[in-house]
Amino acid sequence: MESKPVALRILDIVSIVVLLIAAYLALVFAPTELVMGDVQRVFYFHIGTAWTALLGFIVAAVFSVVYLINKDLKWDRLQVAAIEVSLVFFFVTIVLGSIWARPAWNTWWTWDPRLTTAAVTELIYIAYFMLRQGIDDPDRRARFGAVYALVGGISAPITFFAIRLFRSIHPVVVGSANANQDKLPLTADMKVAFFFALFAFTVIFIDLFWNRIRLGDLQNKVEQLKLKVTM
Amino acid sequence: MFFQETTPDTSGYMIAGYVIAFVVMGLYVASIYLRSRNLRQDMSLLEEMDKPAPAPAVMEKKSAAKPTGAKATKTVTKRKARN
Repeated sequence: MESKPVALRILDIVSIVVLLIAAYLALVFAPTELVMGDVQRVFYFHIGTAWTALLGFIVAAVFSVVYLINKDLKWDRLQVAAIEVSLVFFFVTIVLGSIWARPAWNTWWTWDPRLTTAAVTELIYIAYFMLRQGIDDPDRRARFGAVYALVGGISAPITFFAIRLFRSIHPVVVGSANANQDKLPLTADMKVAFFFALFAFTVIFIDLFWNRIRLGDLQNKVEQLKLKVTM
Repeated sequence: MFFQETTPDTSGYMIAGYVIAFVVMGLYVASIYLRSRNLRQDMSLLEEMDKPAPAPAVMEKKSAAKPTGAKATKTVTKRKARN
């Protein structure tokens, strides 16, 4: 396999730098929230990872459609990469949310609509990898995976809109339905940390996604070579 | 929590959250690196196995250069007779 492209090497370094800056802004720069205290600071990474993960699941559903149309396995590899990185990010989202919930709601977990739909989404995509593991034929695996990811992709918008559609104790941070409330109830410094975290996690997602695509390509080459050698 | 006057000390939860976030992401980066390294090793091994064996024509030439079979036996016998 050819060596890492220079652009990807630069993106690796940029990702580490933006992650450190985002951590600094969240932990030091942003003021302490008066009611919740320091635990509110996990909110910056919680939303950063949630935003990229849900977007990743939707992008994977788009790749599924493209695969089902042109049957090129390249799209299958892109879909797997998007789902794997999103799954890791969404796991971080759920864990951070649970940690925030303990002092705020006095419980680690409750079957609130948002939490339930988030848990179901995570489980859907864990099952996606289990399904793929059970199929040996690459074309069949890709076809089943594409249909599954397409249907599973519906869970991402449902998770996002759960707090707007159903009665929920989960706070609505972005675009509150309450007309009297600010659209983004944060101080100026909090907004800086918030938007930078969104930017940082988008960059980190792209970097990990690119690295994961390269891994998928390498996996594909090894599989083809194995077939060639054994025949 | 929401009816108290002073800000509660919840820094322990914050530290736990950030430690878990960094550990999970670090483990994922490590897994990508390790899987990639293992695949590269597999690739080089398979490429080694896939290399073509020495061509039969070359083998014939080499074997023709060496004294073999009845000819070789004859040479040995002649030498013995001289001695």
